[in-house]
Amino acid sequence: MEFFRIRRDIPFMRHALVFNVVSFVTFALAVFFLVTRGLHLSIEFTGGTVLEVEYAQAANLEKVRHTVDQLGFGEVQVQNFGTSRDVMVRLPVRGNIKQTDVAPLVFDKLCHAESGKVVTKQYTSPKGEQVSRQACVAGADAEPMKLSRTEVVGPAVGDELASDGAKALGFVVLGIMIYLAFRFEWKFSVAAIIANLHDVVIILGFFAFFQWEFSLAVLAAVLAVLGYSVNESVVIFDRIREAFRKYRKLTTPQVIDHAITSTMSRTIITHGCTQMMVLSMLFFGGPTLHYFAVALTIGILFGIYSSVFVAAAIAMWLGVKREDLIKMTGNKDHDPNDPNAGAVV
Amino acid sequence: MNRYPWWKYTILGLALLIGLVYTLPNLYGEAPAVQVSSGKATLKLDAGIVPRIEQVLASAGLKPDFVQFEGNSVKARFGSIDEQTKAKDAITKALNPDAADASYIVALNLLSRSPTWLASLHALPMYLGLDLRGGVHFLMQVDMKAALTKKVEAFTGDARTLLRDKNIRHAGVTRDGNNLVVRFRDQAVLNQAQALLTEQLGELQWAATADGADFVLTGVFKPAAAKAVQDAAIKQNITTLHNRVNELGTSEPVIQQQGADRVVVQLPGVQDTARAKDIIGRTATLELRMVNTSAEALEAIRGGGPVPFGSERYLDRDGSPIIVFRQVILTGDSLTDAQPGFDGQNHEPAVHLTVDAKGGRIMRDVSRENVGKRMAILLFEKGKGEVVTAPVIRGELGNRFQISGKMSTAEAADTALLLRAGSLAAAMDIIEERTIGPTLGADNIAKGFASVGYGFAVIALFMCGYYLLFGVFSTLALAFNLLLLVAVLSMIQATLTLPGIAAIALTLGMAIDANVLINERVREELRAGATAQAAISAGYERAFATILDSNITTLIAGLALLAFGSGFVRGFAVVHCLGIITSMFSAVMFSRGLVNLWYGGKKRLKSVSIGQVWRPAGAAAAADEPAADDTPAKA
Repeated sequence: MEFFRIRRDIPFMRHALVFNVVSFVTFALAVFFLVTRGLHLSIEFTGGTVLEVEYAQAANLEKVRHTVDQLGFGEVQVQNFGTSRDVMVRLPVRGNIKQTDVAPLVFDKLCHAESGKVVTKQYTSPKGEQVSRQACVAGADAEPMKLSRTEVVGPAVGDELASDGAKALGFVVLGIMIYLAFRFEWKFSVAAIIANLHDVVIILGFFAFFQWEFSLAVLAAVLAVLGYSVNESVVIFDRIREAFRKYRKLTTPQVIDHAITSTMSRTIITHGCTQMMVLSMLFFGGPTLHYFAVALTIGILFGIYSSVFVAAAIAMWLGVKREDLIKMTGNKDHDPNDPNAGAVV
Repeated sequence: MNRYPWWKYTILGLALLIGLVYTLPNLYGEAPAVQVSSGKATLKLDAGIVPRIEQVLASAGLKPDFVQFEGNSVKARFGSIDEQTKAKDAITKALNPDAADASYIVALNLLSRSPTWLASLHALPMYLGLDLRGGVHFLMQVDMKAALTKKVEAFTGDARTLLRDKNIRHAGVTRDGNNLVVRFRDQAVLNQAQALLTEQLGELQWAATADGADFVLTGVFKPAAAKAVQDAAIKQNITTLHNRVNELGTSEPVIQQQGADRVVVQLPGVQDTARAKDIIGRTATLELRMVNTSAEALEAIRGGGPVPFGSERYLDRDGSPIIVFRQVILTGDSLTDAQPGFDGQNHEPAVHLTVDAKGGRIMRDVSRENVGKRMAILLFEKGKGEVVTAPVIRGELGNRFQISGKMSTAEAADTALLLRAGSLAAAMDIIEERTIGPTLGADNIAKGFASVGYGFAVIALFMCGYYLLFGVFSTLALAFNLLLLVAVLSMIQATLTLPGIAAIALTLGMAIDANVLINERVREELRAGATAQAAISAGYERAFATILDSNITTLIAGLALLAFGSGFVRGFAVVHCLGIITSMFSAVMFSRGLVNLWYGGKKRLKSVSIGQVWRPAGAAAAADEPAADDTPAKA
């Protein structure tokens, strides 16, 4: 089996302008949505309280919303989470009540709304572990609802996370640029970073457009994608260098075309494999990993596109020349001890 | 050319063996267990209690898998829940004869079911994070400013005492924020005071300024001293928390410092946030009272009469009764420090105590009148008091004094700890709180494993179908990578969380890249007309540099996440970084080892099973110059 039976180099660079225009438009749209809609930040960044409640029957969201509204916490979000029985309640930070008291208070009210009462239940789990928890009990032994998760984040913590996230992004960008500049040449390092940051902005643009929740998990996915997509550029740059060395008559666009064409098969297969793993997380990983997997999916898809088409094109616009990469010319065959002799695929 | 020397195979074999051994404990699941921990700050468990528990269990006719002392609790594992329940009852009855005043906490818990021979190799299962097993998580902010203020308060008193003792006339000693300000009427006195204070209160940096008619001496914390105060405060808080959390009977509580001024508390299995908060926030109090040594009191100790009026009966740590007066001389609030050390004269172990200025004055008065009498230090927890120590007053005491005599170094350390354990060095606020229900945890595990499992299966199927035998080798290498990753995580006793599982999945998905690179390169060599053996060799060698490059860029991102991340990000980053490292080893060396084993010995190898190698029709095997558009090029 061989998927990629490409007879000749595909003239990608002839269409470089088109690719760059497409990229620029997507990028501009992403920035537009980021500015106009903003990111829907999770409480990890904003501070606040989240409760996840599991009802015995499908939950009545209106009733839950009404009950929580009565507490007067301001803007409250009530939505299903995963299944129709799971409800997530999100509350902002409020000055007049101690933040750690909010979750028990809300649970208590919700429990009353189901005509139940909060009691401390103590029992031994079937595996043999002692459990003591606050349970909402109505009637004899029925539990109309269970508290499956709460999360309380103080506002100061949120600010720190946001600044740490920015620092991490800066660190990755700088680290990769230095590495690539050292390994190849500054034009490549600039090209790779622009291409991959453009991915990051596009992922964020998607999150802004659909108002998906931007959590720490998504941030981790974005940074992981950044490191991963740069691989792609590295592989292509390696090939470009090799082609410059091997084929002395080709022009720069032809060399780039050749490099992209000859790494095509590997690019698609590798990304396909990674994407299969990510899809598996998307389908089987449950709600916690959902947006993590979504961010990775967008990142991988745009990563292929940008590192193949955008990075090389930018390098071309920046005026990459044979001389930039092959400094120790003189002998025709490349020297096996050449420290710049790069990786080849 | 495709042969490994024996030592490379040995390394691979060893890695495989180690990987298997350390992965194994994770597969056994959990067994019911009983955990015994101390219920009182004054009671410290040691290994000595193990035989006692073994004896109790033997007499109840129960056979535990093992009874062992670990950390600060004793754990006994049982085969069934029935035995576990019986054991709990038996141990509770034997250790806590008085149910109302329980010295020990006996709790039901879960322990890994892995056999003891694995544990003896330090092959232990990974901890499961709260998101996988349920529990509560608190992030607490220590009020460091208050800790410094408290210390400066103490220094204010010290400074006053010092100046008075040397007859240096000052116009007021005050605390201004975290600075100590002493005013003087003239310069000469100030100089005298500055020399004295610099010598005696070296933690502060003293600087003289003029303020109108007054001469002002200001003491500012030296940065190192301030840091020492803060470190001590956070350490004391952590110790105090440890003591309190014991009471919950949690199997693996995590109490760690995070950053300079934060403490993370994780209590796996605990669902009752209210109770956990109650226990964490509880304050124990310390009281100093005089011991009643009157004839009636002695009679009362012997059990011959009632406790005299105005006195109370308490037990000391050995369980013998002591009658103390109700009147409180000092409370723990006055105690600023308690440190183990040595007596300056006879070099016996001692506990050095420091009380604040007000406390020092009271101590001086009380001790002067009561030389030769005993003074008891009581610790009140949950409304019950216990005598920590009841030393005899040897002479007049100031605000620094010591307790010594008939103590071992360990006892001195314990006593000092207890005297400090009463209170938190600085107040703490919960700034982040998370609870995860047990069903949600189990759900998360199932979902995480399902994602890894299905993802792996699809990749394996594709690789085997597309690259045939080389695909099988790649799949085996990927499985080896998973094995090594789990083994390394178990070895460093990492906590597995859902982000960690996500990182395992993603790392596997990315690690296959190395094998794709190799396989594609081998195909390309074959396409270019290389012989089978040469193609394998060149394929591996040429792909290596690219693999290294791409892993380094991924690692840069991983390290950034590790350095700046917390929570989800950190859990993800640790596994991600380790996975990149193990994948380098498995994808390159392990898969090469397999290929060498299979093909290396075959001298006249005609073809390799790597799937179809397509050659453009009519193209020369090794086209030298691919022309741009219209001539056939090698792909």
